[in-house]
This record gives sequence, C-alpha cells and structure tokens, in this order.
Amino acid sequence: MQYVAPTTVGEACSLLADNPGSRVFAGATDLVPQMRTGRLEPSVMVDLKRIERLMSVSHADGRWTVGAATPASDLTHNVEFTTMHPGISEGAGLIGSDQIQNRSSLGGNLCNGSPAADSVPAMIASGARAVIAGAGGERTVLVADVVTGPGQTSLSADEFIVEFEIDDPPANTGDAYLRMIPRTEMDIAVVGAAVRLTMDGDTVSAASVVLGAVAPTAVRVPDAEAALIGSSLDDDTLAAVATAASAACNPIDDKRGTIEYRTQVAGVLAKRAAVIAAERAKNGA
Amino acid sequence: MSRTHINCIVNGEPIDFLAADATSLLDALRDELGLIGTKEGCGTGDCGSCSVLVDGKLNCSCLILAPEVEGREILTVEGIADGDQLHPLQQTFLEGAALQCGICTPGFLVAAKALLDANPDPTETEIRYGLAGNLCRCTGYDKIVRAVQEAAVKLNSTSKQGV
Amino acid sequence: MTATENSTNYKWVGTRPIRHDGFDKVVGKARFGADLDLPGQLHGAFVRSPHAHARIVSIDTSAAEAMPGVKAVVTGADFPALDPTHPNFDTAVNCMARGEVYYHGHAVAAVAATTNAEAKAAAAAVKVEYEALPAVLSIADSMAEGAPLANPNNYTKFAPPGDPSNLATITNLARGDVDQAMADADVVVEMSFDCAHVHQGYIEPHACVVDYGDGKANVWCSSQGHFRVRSMTADVLGVDNSKVKVVPAEIGGGFGGKTTVYLEPIAAKLSEKSGKPVKLLMTREEVLRGSGPAPSAELRIKIGATNDGELTAIDGWMAYGVGAFSDMAGLIGAMSVASYKFPNLRMETYTALTNTPKSAAYRAPSAPHAAWAIESVVDEIATELGMDPIDLRLKNAAVEGDLTAMGMPHPRVGLVECLEALKASDHYQSEPAEGTSRGMAVGFWFNIGEESSATVNLNEDGTANVITGSPDIGGSRASMALMAAETLGIDVYSITPIVADTESVGFTDVTEGSRATFATGKAVVEACEDLIEQLKARAATIMGVDVGEVAWVDGAAVSPGHGGGEGGDPLTLAQITAQAKRTGGPLAATASLNAAGAGPSFAVHCADLKVDEETGEVEIVRYTAVQDAGTAIHPSYVEGQMQGGSVQGIGWALNEEYIYSADGAMENASFLDYRIPVASDLPLIETIIVEVPNPAHPYGVRGVGETGIVPPMATIGNAVKAATGVRMTSLPMSPPKVLKKLNER
Repeated sequence: MQYVAPTTVGEACSLLADNPGSRVFAGATDLVPQMRTGRLEPSVMVDLKRIERLMSVSHADGRWTVGAATPASDLTHNVEFTTMHPGISEGAGLIGSDQIQNRSSLGGNLCNGSPAADSVPAMIASGARAVIAGAGGERTVLVADVVTGPGQTSLSADEFIVEFEIDDPPANTGDAYLRMIPRTEMDIAVVGAAVRLTMDGDTVSAASVVLGAVAPTAVRVPDAEAALIGSSLDDDTLAAVATAASAACNPIDDKRGTIEYRTQVAGVLAKRAAVIAAERAKNGA
Repeated sequence: MSRTHINCIVNGEPIDFLAADATSLLDALRDELGLIGTKEGCGTGDCGSCSVLVDGKLNCSCLILAPEVEGREILTVEGIADGDQLHPLQQTFLEGAALQCGICTPGFLVAAKALLDANPDPTETEIRYGLAGNLCRCTGYDKIVRAVQEAAVKLNSTSKQGV
Repeated sequence: MTATENSTNYKWVGTRPIRHDGFDKVVGKARFGADLDLPGQLHGAFVRSPHAHARIVSIDTSAAEAMPGVKAVVTGADFPALDPTHPNFDTAVNCMARGEVYYHGHAVAAVAATTNAEAKAAAAAVKVEYEALPAVLSIADSMAEGAPLANPNNYTKFAPPGDPSNLATITNLARGDVDQAMADADVVVEMSFDCAHVHQGYIEPHACVVDYGDGKANVWCSSQGHFRVRSMTADVLGVDNSKVKVVPAEIGGGFGGKTTVYLEPIAAKLSEKSGKPVKLLMTREEVLRGSGPAPSAELRIKIGATNDGELTAIDGWMAYGVGAFSDMAGLIGAMSVASYKFPNLRMETYTALTNTPKSAAYRAPSAPHAAWAIESVVDEIATELGMDPIDLRLKNAAVEGDLTAMGMPHPRVGLVECLEALKASDHYQSEPAEGTSRGMAVGFWFNIGEESSATVNLNEDGTANVITGSPDIGGSRASMALMAAETLGIDVYSITPIVADTESVGFTDVTEGSRATFATGKAVVEACEDLIEQLKARAATIMGVDVGEVAWVDGAAVSPGHGGGEGGDPLTLAQITAQAKRTGGPLAATASLNAAGAGPSFAVHCADLKVDEETGEVEIVRYTAVQDAGTAIHPSYVEGQMQGGSVQGIGWALNEEYIYSADGAMENASFLDYRIPVASDLPLIETIIVEVPNPAHPYGVRGVGETGIVPPMATIGNAVKAATGVRMTSLPMSPPKVLKKLNER
C-alpha cells in the first residue's frame, strides 16, 4: 500500500484514474480498521486532507459550502453553521467520540454507504447537494442520490466528493436529528430520524422527514411529511407521523437492533424530532 | 516493503523516522520511537487508549496512518509532564486514585488535557461526554471525573495567579 | 465515606498515600504486557477456527512456511499429548486444538515471522481442512436428551465413572423440608431468568514475549499470577517448572480473565522452533472470540415467605453455560447462595458445556447470576408483603453461625451492618428525584486465602523492600507497603514494594478470590513481625540488655534499661540497621503461608433510575454501593474496587452480551458493539465502606475486589420494576428487551 497526499482536486483525480484499487480517505475511521483485518487492501491511499478545498467551511451567496474531508468537529464548533443547520450539526456531532469527531468527515460518513450514518438524514432533509469530482470534471447531485445501498454509492471508482452545498433554510425553518443508541456515546445508530419543518405561525408549511438505519439507505417518509404539513403538531398528527415513520421502515435484525425495535423506535424519534424542529423553526433557528 | 521518511514534532522535539505507509501512528510511536506510553486497547478507535494530540486536537493514533503526520505536531502522554514536574492532571490522578490498573491512564490524561485546554471549567456532564471516547474498566470513571474536576480547579487557580 | 470506622487507631492503615507505582503509570513509563521488545524478536499470529465444532481433517502449513519472513509454524502436533485427567489438559487443548475444534475462534495453528504483517499473511495461508460436527450453542441444547457432545473429553466431575457428558458438574444441596415449607408459606414467588455470556473486558489485550534458550522459556507477560502462568506453560510444554521463568509485566486489568494462559506456551514453542524471541499479542477481536467470557445461565428460583417477612424456603434450579471445557460454575453458583438464613433450602445446579469459548473466572464467578435471580424474587416478595426491601432483608440476613447453601457456617460477617448503613444513608433517606425510581439488592462473595509468600529486606539506612509475588492490579503495592509500614512503624514512602518474578520470591498463588491484600498482605505482616523479633535481638545486643526486656514501639526498640529517658531511650529501626554489620549482618525475613480464614464480604447497592418508556432506555441517575471491607487498608482503592465492580455490573445489567450467529460465531467482537459502559452513561458512584474486621487477618482485611459486581443486576432490575411495573428476567436489560416487555404490559 502506498500513501499519497495530493494538494489539488485535479491531482487527486489523476491519482485515482491512474491507480486501480486506490481509495480516497479523510478520517479513515472505518478504512484503517478494515485494512488491519485485511478486509480492505487498497493499492494507494489518497489522503484528501491536504487539499484546501476539501478542508474548508464557508458561507456565501445564501449557502454553505462544506469541504467533504472537513472534520466533524470543525462543523459542530462553527456557531454560525450550527445555528442555521442545528440538525446537520447534531448529526455530524454524533459520529463517535471527540477523538473520532476530529477525524470523521461528512464525505466519509456519506460515502461509507452505511444506512446508519448519522450526518446523512439531516443533510437529505435539508436538500443538501454533493459536488463530485472525477476524471470527467465535476458534477453536482443531491446527497439523497449518492448512496444506493449498504456500502454502495453512485460514484464511479475514480470519483470523490469535493464539497457539500447546503442552501440557507427559508425563514421560520428548523431541523433536528435524533438517534437511538444503547449507550450514550460511541455506538452506531440503531435508529436515526431527521425532521426539517418550516412554520407559518403554529402551522407547518413545509416538512421533510428522513430516517436512518431502518432500511438499506436513509429513507424519506412522504406520508409523515404529508401528515405534518398543515398541522400544528397536535397529538393526532404526531401519532400519524410515528405511524408513517414506522411504516416506512424496512430494517434488518442484527447485532445492533431488531426489526421490531427499529420499527417502533423510528416512529418515536420521528415525532420527537418533529417537536424539536418546530420549536427551532418558531424560535427563528 | 517501501518505507516513507517522515518528519514531525513529537513532544516538542523535531524528529524523523521511517515507516511503511500502512503503519499506524500508534505503531510508529511505539515501535519506531519507543514511546510505549501510548497503548493499544482495540485498534479500531473505540477505546481511546491510544489517544494523542495532533496539532492540539485529540485523536486515536490507531486510526492515523504514520505518513499523515508529516509536518504535524504530536503530543503523547510522555510529553505532558515537564520532566519530574507532573501536570496537574497527573497529580490529581495520583492523589485521587484515578487509576487502578493504569492501562487506560495515558489515553485519559491526553483526552482530559484536550478537554481542559478547550474548556477550562467543564461541568461533570461535559467531562463525562468529553471522555466518553476513553474506556476504563477498573474505576467506573468516578475517580477519573473527580480528578479532572480537581485538575481544572488547580489549573484555573494557577492561571489566575498569572503563573 | 466510611460508615463504621475501625475501632483500632492505626497510623498508616486506612490512610491514602500516593501509590508507589503511580508516577510511572501517569508518565507512560510503566511496562505492560505489550510494552517489551527484545532484540531480533519475531511476531506471532494465530490461525483460528471458523467452526463452532469440527474435526480437523488436515493442516497444511507448507505454503505458510515458504512465505517471506516466516521462521516457525506450530500446530497441536508440536505439543505433548497430556493425559485427559491431567489438571491442565483442558488448558493445553484450549491453547491449541488437537484433532477437534470446540468453538469459533479456537486456536488451530500459529506462525512467527519477522514482521506482524508477514505473520498475519502467513497465518492466512495455513490450509486447514475441517469436517463440521454438530454443535451445541445453548444451555438448553446442551442439556437436551440425546444432545451431541460439545467436547468428547468431558466427564461429569464428582460422579461415578460413566460416559462423556455435556455436564461438568451436577450439585444438589438440601436442608429442611422445602416442599412442606412452600406449602406452609403465606407468599410464594417463582420466576425464571437468563443471562447472556459477558466478557471481563479488561482494556489490555493478552500479550507476551517469550525468549526460549538453553532448554528454558523466559516469559514476559501480564497476568493475575505469574506462578500459575509458569505451571500452566510448563505443563502445556511438558517440561518442569524450572524450565519456565515468568517475569510479570504490569497488568492492564484482569477481573478473573487473566488467571489462565492462552499465549505463553504457544509463544514459547514458536521461540523454541525459530531460535528467536517471539512476541504474541491478541487483537481485541481475538480477546472477545478466543478468551474467557463469564458463563451464561438459566435459572429458576422459588422463594416462600410468611406474612411477617420470614423467608422460609428457597427452591432453586441453576444451569451455567461454560463454553467448551469443564468448569465448576454450577457448583460455585450454589456456593454463592448465602445471604439469607433460609431454614429450608434445595438448590439443584448444573455446569453445562456449549461450543462457545471456554469460560474464565470473572469477578465473583457465578455469584452475579444467582444473585440476579434470587434478589429479584426477594424484591417481588417485599412488594407482595408491602415491606421495605431493606427491612425484609434485615429480618433474614445471615449472621455469624448461619449456614450458607453449602452448609458452611458463616464466620463474623457484615451483612446486617451493610444493610443498616444503606438504610441510614443520605441516598436511601432521600426521596427518589422526580421521575426516578429506586431499587436495591444484596451481593455476597466468599473470598479465598490460598498460598502467598513475602520477603522483606531492610536496607542499611532503615528503608525497606517488600517483595511479593502478587501482581499489582489496582494498588496492591501501596496496600502491601501500608501494612509493612504499620507493622514495622516506619514511613510508608520509605518502603519500596516490589512484584518479583517466579525466581525471585516464594510461590504465590494467582490473584483471585479477592485474596491479594488478605493473604499476601498476611505474609507481608508475618515477615515484618519476624523482622521485629530480629530487630529486638539486635537492639538488645546494642543496648546490652536481655532481649526479653526489649519492646517494639512505633518503629523503635525500647528497653527500660537503655539510656536516660523515661522507659528507656528508643533505638529506631534506622539506628539498628545502621549497625547491622556488627550485630549479625543484614536483616531480612521471608514468610510463606497458606492463608486460612478469608473473610466473606457482603455488599448492598441502591440505584435510582429513569426508564424511557417509548424507547426502553434506562438512565441511572444515582447509585450507592455499600460494602464490608473488614478493614480498608487504602480506602481510595477499596472505593475504587466498589465503584469498578458496580459499573461492570451496570454494564452487565444493561448492555453487555455475546451475540452469536446461528452457527456460533460471536457477531459483536469489538468494543464498538460489545458495549461496556462509557463515562457519560453513569452518575458518580457513591460509596460507603463498612468495616467489620475479619478476625483472621492481623489488620482485619476482607477481600473487596469481587463482591461489588454481584448486586447491580438485581438492583437495576428492581428499580426498573419500581419504575414501570415490569419485571425484567433476561440479561442484559437492553432497550429492545425492555421495550418488548413494556409493550406486553
């Protein structure tokens, strides 16, 4: 295995194109353990962290641009970003311990393709886009369209994500991400739920509900969104949100949770996240 | 196997070493530099025993490839004390019996230093979450949390005296 | 805090000096198992079974041996075949399979190569052909009629000669007339429980370096007892103890799991074959798949009581699943039933083999399972009777002379004192905080004595070296120094406590049964007492008085006939050692003993917690541990044992479990998914040390290491019941299980 640290996007693209079996990485929090056990044997490890564009967070023209290799802690410690996108910040802030936070990135969290990735549901709920670079130049896709199945993405082998574009939310919009883990820290989400709401007074005017860890990829829940829009989050609405969220689940039984548990708790977290998102929307978050 | 020549600063001293590209920073510290204070408990970033600071930020050295630290500044447990003059955290860990077997202690000291560097007056909850990436199986964390609280008090009184 | 201060006024015992090995451990200098490298050493790697039970048809090591850097490959064929009746036969076969593999992860071969990467690559190239055999994976499967044998070499112990069996022990204990007592009882509660396998979870993986030369294996490793490493390694290699030397590294946690060997004989054989030192480490995954968890268990407990709260009878059935080798877990489980008087008792216990990793001791082995079940049922009875759970227990608490389930009378024990201390505590006297509910439970562990040695050498300037063979797992150097300081009457910091290798101190048993401070401490005190007699004789020579006229007071010899002071001028220890050369030479003493009279230790725990009834999550908001330490030599480390035991029990109660695939592979073999508690899961653990001195120890020590893990599971289960009305009967009480029970409510 050879390690390289390009300093430009173009250089990284060339390295990927020229070296079959190469892998890009940022935090490597999943790749290094896989390499140790021999499950992954890359020919070249392309470290993206020396490319400035992938390590910067900026705000201009009504949108945030977040470098794909930026450590999660850079985002969660960014007060301006966290104020505007608390749900995304919460998701990023739940990826592992402080140690992991200083390494893990939104790009890595997404491209691992894990349905349990904590930063992904809120990004999807916010309509975030990924800017992808490859030998053929750059293209921009919705984050929702990146992951196609467990461990699988729509990126080709010579592509990688450069940055994320996250538009400023409309007025009176708030988001929230909640996850269930058995401990208070360190675990992989058993269920995750992101909700983004735009409020018109006490009434929901726009809604986005996305679940993690309950299907092969993060899933939107249109029925829950429909139940929310036009409501004032009364108990019947929240019950309908929970029912719709549970109905949208297509989980597996594994060491981290059962089908039954994930299905039930997805509903619980969806309604709880909706309540928090609404509060934030009303408070001008 | 080709080895890369790496230059970095470890515990304040410029240093260089050779390591295969797949070598973790943890293995490089232990095997190439003889800094055995940094421990391996899991090798997967789940226990924090290998915690070090890289450019002042807390990291699991088992998850870092050695060549990544080219030009970086690394602090390990061996660099926390000033010779025989222990850091207040090391003192309070000793006085408060915050170690039993001692295998997790280096990682906790480094993590606690990172915590107090960033937040000099943490609440108990902030300490607990700040140290959640470090596993201890002996103490139940009680005396570790108290030792960090004590160290914060010591550090704050020292800094107020302008020392 | 300490509830009942020891009435004796000690100068050193009961103080909290900084531990002598502390500096090295906070600056990163302390050397643990993986921290020694020898010039020219090789790195070892294992080949492990991918089957829960299979016959090894063939092992082809030729490809591996031809790989770059490979210097040696070993398989079971490289080790002598011990007789199956040999006490270490199972240990040998567990270290390396012979003919059959008995669990997923069982070592089949090992490789030594120049680098770790080469060793791993070569291990992957060892070709093993297996023929899968039927496996038993649960206690029920193991005990079923006509079940396949988990291990064909297992025979039921203490039973008439018979066929191989899946049962290692069958124990039936009885007293009184249980059936009549149940019929006469006003209240009878019967419930069934189960517990998953859990791991000791020490943070330091097993590690060793072995340098073989001139017919001798020189072993460096971390363990709970290097003399046991020596004898086990020697037996597995088929050599005399004199051909194995074990130098103890610092040990990074054991909790019972480092009382056996997995690596050392294999590294020794690799070193012998290669002619080079071999370092052999387990990865965390190997620790979980290949070293000893605590047994699983199935339990049925029925308890009868009168309306005024007398527990009149217990009828119990307990089966422990110990993995693929013989064990005595069921018998020990029966021995651990000892908290209440129970005039009528029937306990039927089994030790059942399964094709899972061989169990190892884990902190009060077998007791937590039994206490989880019994203390849950006792809690149900308290609720039915409308009695305070402490009052019910006080009414039935075992005191001196009461019989354990085994029929042994208790010596002086402190259960009543512990219950009273909790009852009087701020925690129990305060109402649970809004939204929280409370539970409490009792735990017992009998503790053991066993063999220990200590040598105390006085230096010419009056300082001292205290040399023992008990590894320092959690502050025992400081405890040994404190007892020596107290006995000799010198400053604790003038003493250097040393853990010596197997050739530098007398035989010392492994640290288990909470025995180090008790038994090794007793040896230290005896050696110091011997020295005092020597010091008095030297003083008599110096003073020119008869030795019978010399007394030892506060670190000095005094005799009325010496000097002008009232009662005589004292001659300090340092003054005597300074003149050692002319009074008979160096002052040194050794004591070796088989310590009798280990004092049983009781603990009583109390938890306040919240249950999220929509997700099944349990949050512990307040926790108090009360324990009888006999005498707390170093109270900080006694508290540490109580807190650590409590939190291991909390982990066991809430989240820790081995999750197996259908074919018997552990699916969660990492610290990510084997979920030991993290700091943010917990509140502070309040401690109350009760001191009811053990009359069989010079300073009253009872072991304190183990009992603390016994009460937490029932403490939490009882609090969950109080919070939700739901009785949890399966460990761990993980969120999915709690939510399922809440749904069924």
